[in-house]
Amino acid sequence: MGAVTFDQVGERSPFQKILGRVLPVVGYVVLIIAALTQIVPFVLTVANSFKCLPAVNAAPAAFLPLPPFGVACKTPEGETLSADATSSGLAFNPAVEGYQQVFQQNLGLWLVNSAIFSVVVMLLRLVLDSLAGYALARIKFPGSRLLFIGMLGTMMIPAIVLLIPRFIILRQLGMVNNYSGIIIPLMVDAFGIFLMKQFFETIPSDIEEAAQVDGANRFVMFFRVILPMATPALTALAIFSFQGMWNNFLDILIVVGGNQNLWNLPLGLSFLRGQSGEALVWNEFLAGSVVTTLPMAILFFMFQRYFVEGSTYSGLAGQ
Amino acid sequence: MAQAASVKSVATRISTQADSKFQDAVAGWVFMAPAFLVIFVFLVLPMLAAVFFSLTNWNGIRPLFTGDGSFNAEAFEMVGLENYQRLLIEDGSRQQAFFTALKNTVYFVMGVVPVQTILALGLAVIVNQRWLKGKGFFRTAFYFPSISSSVVISLIFMFLFASNGIINQGIKAIFPSYENVTWLNDATGIIHALLGALGITRNTVGGWATTEVAGIPLWNWLSGPSVTMLMIMILNTWTTIGTMMVIFLSALQNIPGQVYEAATVDGASAGQTFRKITVPLLRPTTFFIITLGLIGTFQVFDQIYVISSGGPADTTLTIAYLVFRSGFDDQRMGLATATAIVLFIIIFIFTLIQRRITGGDKAI
Repeated sequence: MGAVTFDQVGERSPFQKILGRVLPVVGYVVLIIAALTQIVPFVLTVANSFKCLPAVNAAPAAFLPLPPFGVACKTPEGETLSADATSSGLAFNPAVEGYQQVFQQNLGLWLVNSAIFSVVVMLLRLVLDSLAGYALARIKFPGSRLLFIGMLGTMMIPAIVLLIPRFIILRQLGMVNNYSGIIIPLMVDAFGIFLMKQFFETIPSDIEEAAQVDGANRFVMFFRVILPMATPALTALAIFSFQGMWNNFLDILIVVGGNQNLWNLPLGLSFLRGQSGEALVWNEFLAGSVVTTLPMAILFFMFQRYFVEGSTYSGLAGQ
Repeated sequence: MAQAASVKSVATRISTQADSKFQDAVAGWVFMAPAFLVIFVFLVLPMLAAVFFSLTNWNGIRPLFTGDGSFNAEAFEMVGLENYQRLLIEDGSRQQAFFTALKNTVYFVMGVVPVQTILALGLAVIVNQRWLKGKGFFRTAFYFPSISSSVVISLIFMFLFASNGIINQGIKAIFPSYENVTWLNDATGIIHALLGALGITRNTVGGWATTEVAGIPLWNWLSGPSVTMLMIMILNTWTTIGTMMVIFLSALQNIPGQVYEAATVDGASAGQTFRKITVPLLRPTTFFIITLGLIGTFQVFDQIYVISSGGPADTTLTIAYLVFRSGFDDQRMGLATATAIVLFIIIFIFTLIQRRITGGDKAI
């Protein structure tokens, strides 16, 4: 059988042979071009965040940092240096003007708020989503099927439909413009419950039975035995939640838009853009963008596998 | 004696079974309680509230409850289907705004969803090839943009597409006769622009062009997305293909190698294999990706808010942005929720139609 297969593969027409050579080349070219369009904007963002403003406007494509590093963008007399003084061709002298300016705009506070929202929501979802997911996967109780179907149904409601009524309810509950209005509605999510349920269903039930014989009650068993086994699913859920909250814009805008002290990074950046009108201070905006993206980028390179798995899980959810 | 003992033990067994059943019920509900409460109060209740408020003329300001906690009857009136009528049927500014937003949104969706799906599938197929080296690198590169915030991506694209920005400078370097396009502020519809290049304008096509449907002249219905909208469409495609590629890739990797080997043995060409094996086996994934794309693009908001606020000349006004604008800028909560519900129905219908077309109903 095997020999037959090889013979048949061997019988390729000259055309197929040429095709076999050419296709990989075309494939690489397509992939490299596609990859460049994805990477170059970020490289340019980082490069321009380290330029003096005139250099950003005159030479946005310059991406090679050359010494001297940390140049001043103004003369000691306070005059702005021309673009030629800090850039030439594809090279530029890095400066930190953009970062200094954006931190004067309360960026530190937005960073702290982003961190608070993301960490608190993530921790609560880890506990509450897995409790619910476990109940749906492993406990037989009246109403569980209905709950599960209802929960899947809520995943289909578009966020924009909930925008205004959720705001109305939060205001009636006195939760607008404070932390609770952001955290409480988002501390559970149907997708997370679904993900945990799918995972718990793969754990062999003899493990629970063994624990039950030992006299452990459900809660002890859940926290001591089941949850530690769920580390891979929990990691994927943690990353998914953290990322979602770190980049959340719409909920933050609606719920705490009126309280500057509670803005996160995306809302703060959009405010800077709105405030600037026509005079766009690009090195400042791009510095803010770098600060916003950097923590996610670090997490991404540390836990890349789980990011990808999270997306794959969401693909499975669709099936 | 023996009989009595066994009867007793059966009784205990039944009672312990009932006991453990009861315990399970308690445990189940206790485990579910926090999740149930949050989902009920912040997902189910708002959905019902949306339907209710869409039948009122509430402005969002008058308090719903008086000081002593009783319901304030003067907060709003029930207006029945009036909000829906003003959006969909009655001539006027509300109808015109809604259909402008609908037109823009549909152009956006019809442009972005097919392109992002095909690009993502194409890239996934190439990355999945056995001869390809550096799979990890390509996957990382494609996935990276999707970890970033929509606001950050919007700022980056505004920077790239600024009138003196890199995109314009780049095109000018290749085509010296190119005149800078003001990507961020150009209301020209791209279909209009293409027709114009062929000498077809509003004045040459005949009288039908000025006939108004839903407050918008027929000629304007055919504008295509504006240049600024096109830029936001490019942005959206650029951000999402990475995630979609990864989902396609994992589905491709789940197709057993033997299937392809068998096809090769039977002498199938690469094209045949792709059409007859890969595409049908990817059907559920494709259905999912398109659904995801439809739900995402129909609700496009963040990018519009940051880049254009609906302008220029309302050409980037989307339905989601209109919901926000009528609710929070015009203080018309009733009208805004009605708009949102119409959007919900539109998304639902589109999902059903695409389920038919992609065969998602057969695959699942």
